[in-house]
Amino acid sequence: MLKQIEGSQAVADVVALCRPNVIAAYPITPQTHIVEDLAEIVSEGRLKAEFVNVESEFAAASVVLGASAAGARTYTATTSQGMLLMNEVIYCIAGMRLPIVLTCANRAIAAPLNIWNDHQDSMSVRDAGWIQLHAEDNQEAADLHIQAYKIAEQLSLPVMVCMDGFILTHAYEPVDIPDQKQVDDFLPPFKPTHIVDPRWPRGLGLYADPRFYMEAKYIQHRALEKSEETIKQVSADFRRAFNRDSGGLFKTYKLKDADVVVVSMGSIVGSIKDLIDRFEAEGKKVGLLQICSFRPFPREQIYETLKDKTNIVVLEKSISLGRGGILASDIRWTFPKGEKIKRRISSFIAGLGGRNISLDDLRYMVEKVEREPVELEFLGLRQEIIQEKDL
Amino acid sequence: MIENLDTIEKKDLFASGHRACGGCGQALAARMVADASGENTIACVATGCLEVFSSPYPDPSWRIPFLHSLFENAAAVAAGVEVAYKALNKGPVNIIAQGGDGSTSDIGFQCLSGMFERGHNVLYVCYDNEAYMNTGVQRSGSTPLGTRTTTTPGGKKRLKKNIPLLAADHGIPYVATATVDDYRDLQRKVKTALSIEGPKYLHILAPCPLGWGHAGDLTVQICRLAKQTCIFPVFEIREGKIISVQKVPVKKPVEEYLKLQGRFRNLFKKGTPTTDVAAIQKIADGNIERFNL
Ligand SMILES: Cc1ncc(C[n+]2csc(CCOP(=O)(O)OP(=O)(O)O)c2C)c(N)n1
Ligand code: SF4
Ligand SMILES: [Mg+2]
Repeated sequence: MLKQIEGSQAVADVVALCRPNVIAAYPITPQTHIVEDLAEIVSEGRLKAEFVNVESEFAAASVVLGASAAGARTYTATTSQGMLLMNEVIYCIAGMRLPIVLTCANRAIAAPLNIWNDHQDSMSVRDAGWIQLHAEDNQEAADLHIQAYKIAEQLSLPVMVCMDGFILTHAYEPVDIPDQKQVDDFLPPFKPTHIVDPRWPRGLGLYADPRFYMEAKYIQHRALEKSEETIKQVSADFRRAFNRDSGGLFKTYKLKDADVVVVSMGSIVGSIKDLIDRFEAEGKKVGLLQICSFRPFPREQIYETLKDKTNIVVLEKSISLGRGGILASDIRWTFPKGEKIKRRISSFIAGLGGRNISLDDLRYMVEKVEREPVELEFLGLRQEIIQEKDL
Repeated sequence: MIENLDTIEKKDLFASGHRACGGCGQALAARMVADASGENTIACVATGCLEVFSSPYPDPSWRIPFLHSLFENAAAVAAGVEVAYKALNKGPVNIIAQGGDGSTSDIGFQCLSGMFERGHNVLYVCYDNEAYMNTGVQRSGSTPLGTRTTTTPGGKKRLKKNIPLLAADHGIPYVATATVDDYRDLQRKVKTALSIEGPKYLHILAPCPLGWGHAGDLTVQICRLAKQTCIFPVFEIREGKIISVQKVPVKKPVEEYLKLQGRFRNLFKKGTPTTDVAAIQKIADGNIERFNL
């Protein structure tokens, strides 16, 4: 049913339709509305689940770890400082191959303290062994949660659904919320593969010495690589069941004849598409590749899609300080060294800590890379407030 | 679920052949706890000596389901297992979180406190060997005054945290202390705890020959001396009230306990007790008064 609702409410409604048994979360802006809405859904009896009000994000992640290890379908959500506090458990969940679903309401990281959107929080755990899916809008954010449970449980891999804090979580948009039967038909009940249960005594979380540890990591890595197939398949099944495109590895927009390709992810792709349409009206061919699955990073398929493109610009809301753009780094790695074709890959960092990215900013970026390659540039940087002595 | 409280249970649910040092108090205690709780139990164990000596892949010692995640989250993980059982309508099952004193009193104290406050039906067992043993005998919040550790080479200057009383102050229904020399008492407390709904806390003094500097065959004697000198009071608290205390009819001076252990050598420079020994005697005297030992 189409509803005009807040993004957080849409996610809460859809998570409830996925029938998690255990929800544990700790409040942090801009994630709070999601868990408040879920608390209400549980207290009204619309979802039969244990809702655990924990004392920290570290405990939230630990509670869902324990619950998942005992065979429950689980849910948690966090952002920013909460994600960093969870960090140790985030790695542990992945290493234990527990199919936990987590929403990251993407937000910047202190210091300086900042509650607005960028992608630095989910980037901080990109190497932990989770699947990370980025939503473009609230419809996709909602849909990705249904897909996330299916992918996670099929592969025994945890899935993080990333949605831009405030820009999506607090935005009112029409979202089609499926009914319970549709979701039940798509998402079968959770059949855990390895749990703690006195009927089959076994150990979970044993320690592995150097004879075994590397293999454990290799298997995890391979499982993530192979999950590309499942992510694609689940997205295709979703299209068949729900009649709309959501998820998958990445999507493209007006890419075919594009002279310049923008690569990006998250809610900013909406503005990029607007700009592309305007450019088209002006007779300029610009295209878009929007990443949904940042981990696993679908290198080969991106390569196949972009191999003829000679002018690529990566726009992202994250940075590896002292190194540069993180997504840009992955895109540059996508193309083998010593290619015959001369290719420019430019890197722009934008929107950190909630800095607005205007259409003019985007236009400036595209027009600049038409003229010259850009190694690294902060888009919309206010040079006037930076003093020489601070650099 | 709980049979006779006073019978000694020997079920070998925590198998021998693990890698603990000879005379390890924690290894003894873990076996007593597992055997007292029985097959229908899930153990959620924190990182530390116990986890390391009992759970190397591929041959753990546990014959009950064993779940290890991190150093500081055993209480929260156990809470997760408990809510999962509730949500899935499974059980009943005994859920026992277990950790060392460092995990319990320092880095994992927040998770422990949260688990108590939320009222999960979990028994938390702390194996108190009064330092971070697994990482090489560093001081913890549970290390007593005067103890030499690798990070307090001159002896610890601060008091031991009183975790059992802090636990009791959360208003949980059952708190008890025990020592590994008394099989029957320890197992009775495990069984009593498991018969009570809600969060429970059991604090076990578990000598560590390596970190305490005593011979492996003195573990039992040292536990007895800890009680006889009133350094370690053994009691039970139900709903905030002390309901049982192990009386100490003949009280010994703390020196008898301290002198057996290398970790207190600093306290007897040139053979004569320092002012710290008097301070430790005062702590024991305080216990006598507080618990009417
Ligand atoms: C977050 C974190 N910090 C530090 C460690 C290292 N560490 C592992 S066990 C341990 C000490 C354990 O002490 P305690 O809980 O008293 O158990 P014991 O080994 O003494 O039985 C430490 C410091 C760790 N594993 N995780
Ligand atoms: S170091 Fe101490 S606690 Fe650890 S196994 Fe040896 S005796 Fe036991
Ligand atoms: Mg210890």
